[in-house]
Amino acid sequence: MTPPSEYLIELRNVGKHFGGVVALADVSLHIKQGEIYGLIGPNGAGKTTLFNVVTGLYQLDSGAFDFAGKRYTHCKPHLLAQAGIARTFQNIRLFANMSALENIMVGRHLRTHTGIWGALTRHAAARAEERATVQRARELLDYVGIDRAHQTLAKHLSYGEQRRLEIARALATEPKLLALDEPAAGMNATETVALKALLQKIRASGITVLLIEHDVKLIMGLCDRVAVLDYGKKIAEGVPEEVRRDKAVIAAYLGGEVA
Amino acid sequence: MKINLNSKLFNAPIAIALLALPFIIDALFGHGWVRITDFALLYIMLALGLNIVVGYAGLLDLGYIAFFAVGAYTYALLGSPQFGLHWPMVVTLPLGALIACGFGVLLGAPTLKLRGDYLAIVTLGFGEIIRIFLNNLNAPVNITNGPQGISAIDPLQIGSFSFGNSYEWMGMRVDDVHLHYYLFLAFTLLVIFVSRRLEDSRIGRAWVAIREDEVAASAMGVNTRNIKLLAFAMGATFGGISGGLFAGFQGFVSPESFSLMESIMVLCMVVLGGMGNVGGVVLGGVILVALPELFRNAAGPVQQALLGKVVVDPESLRMLMFGLALILVMLWRPAGLWPSTQRRREFDADDGVLQQEQETVYDASK
Ligand SMILES: Nc1ncnc2c1ncn2[C@@H]1O[C@H](COP(=O)(O)OP(=O)(O)OP(=O)(O)O)[C@@H](O)[C@H]1O
Ligand SMILES: [Mg+2]
Repeated sequence: MTPPSEYLIELRNVGKHFGGVVALADVSLHIKQGEIYGLIGPNGAGKTTLFNVVTGLYQLDSGAFDFAGKRYTHCKPHLLAQAGIARTFQNIRLFANMSALENIMVGRHLRTHTGIWGALTRHAAARAEERATVQRARELLDYVGIDRAHQTLAKHLSYGEQRRLEIARALATEPKLLALDEPAAGMNATETVALKALLQKIRASGITVLLIEHDVKLIMGLCDRVAVLDYGKKIAEGVPEEVRRDKAVIAAYLGGEVA
Repeated sequence: MKINLNSKLFNAPIAIALLALPFIIDALFGHGWVRITDFALLYIMLALGLNIVVGYAGLLDLGYIAFFAVGAYTYALLGSPQFGLHWPMVVTLPLGALIACGFGVLLGAPTLKLRGDYLAIVTLGFGEIIRIFLNNLNAPVNITNGPQGISAIDPLQIGSFSFGNSYEWMGMRVDDVHLHYYLFLAFTLLVIFVSRRLEDSRIGRAWVAIREDEVAASAMGVNTRNIKLLAFAMGATFGGISGGLFAGFQGFVSPESFSLMESIMVLCMVVLGGMGNVGGVVLGGVILVALPELFRNAAGPVQQALLGKVVVDPESLRMLMFGLALILVMLWRPAGLWPSTQRRREFDADDGVLQQEQETVYDASK
């Protein structure tokens, strides 16, 4: 047994199926506090499903997972967000008709408390909280490098900006674990380089990052450890160099990018 | 900027105009139109309540009139000869709002997982159930008096001041329709105030986030169940208040007043005026109360003058024109007559993608 303090999140024999499709089979993962952990695998391997399980969008069929020393097996999404898991989505899910700033302000929802009464009376505490929310949202826009777009509706941002905004919105929830589902998808080379720098900055601020990516260069250059999923099974895990040479991994990709 | 709009809404000339309005209308069009104005205010309150559910939170509710009914019957049952109870308005009105709020949660709880069409069907059923209950709760124990409804309801009254009487004031006759106007105006302004404050708050943003993407909202830590229930409860509360005022004003309620058509009418006010925008919803309410009335009054005489007799029944012509007007508005201004800035941008033809492409081309050519 490893002491609980070493790992931020531990998945034990997690299984998830959809009808006959086994999306996750007996997957065990241990992610250390402060690392950037890569999750790769061919299309349909179950990567996104794993994200959906740890963020409470799907209920798992078997196994369990612990986060920050607590068991969260069947738990509502907002409670997992409360516990400190934030995510982005593979096919961007911003609040399309809200401004960039408002998107991030929604991310502050669970760390703020103004209710009906505060909203109606706007008493001193409510006003202070609202000011702090705006302030924090602007900082985060600046942090991910899109501060000039704060009034723009999310759907009017460029693809790369939308991906960044999603990260900023997730950061607004003050996560311990930031789970990113293909953040570089659709980005050009310049944007990807900037994204890499952003992720390093985030890690340096003490946030653990779980990263799904198809961009092998990004994964290899960024991750401390990598796990490979194939047909719902974990077929390899280790430092990037090791995984890259792994026979099973090469076979899974059939001489694709990784090989 | 939102505060600006608030102050714009309540600045001095507008305040004076609002205060003088019933007398201006009285002088120009007569008593009947002041009465119609009173009803318009009740409808505006209803539309603003529904706007919270449909406009902000994006939950399509087709049974909204049920909350109006609950408020109205609460007031009627506790202030009429039906049970011989004559509770004061300061008790029955809040009580009606509270009970309506409870019904809002009651409707909200089992429908939390539903969206769009499914939610619409279930809420529609809910509205009908309430109406049918009111229609049939006269046996075995007579509670609601069934289809006959409840009459001789106590007038709206605060202390010894009754809004149902006429008063002489500085040589001016102030009638019940004028007094009700001021009472309803006060409540409408309150409802507008509450709507605007909520809209521009943590709660309001959570509502819109749910409308935009419920999954993303929950993953960002919004307790979607509670926040949706809150929308249903708030909307229902407004409906309940409006219902109580309606019962006291009209002096008579029957299940007929709470048909599906009424729910649809209120929904039309929200959609036509501009979903999610308080100003638009108010405008929608005014138009949808005033236009049909205008039509009802004008259709007969115009036909008489042109054709020498009334060919088409004014009532059916009214509904026909009403439908036509709605279709035209939806064709020309799909976001409503006065949409929220959000919605307007949503429906903008020149989409962001186009703008972006242009920007990229511009960048590349630099
Ligand atoms: N809600 C669902 N209903 C049915 N099947 C699903 C559902 N979600 C995922 N699946 C299936 O589970 C398998 C794993 O899908 P998943 O989206 O996790 O793959 P992925 O590794 O993220 O792939 P990609 O790289 O294409 O994003 C696929 O076969 C997919 O069709
Ligand atoms: Mg995926």
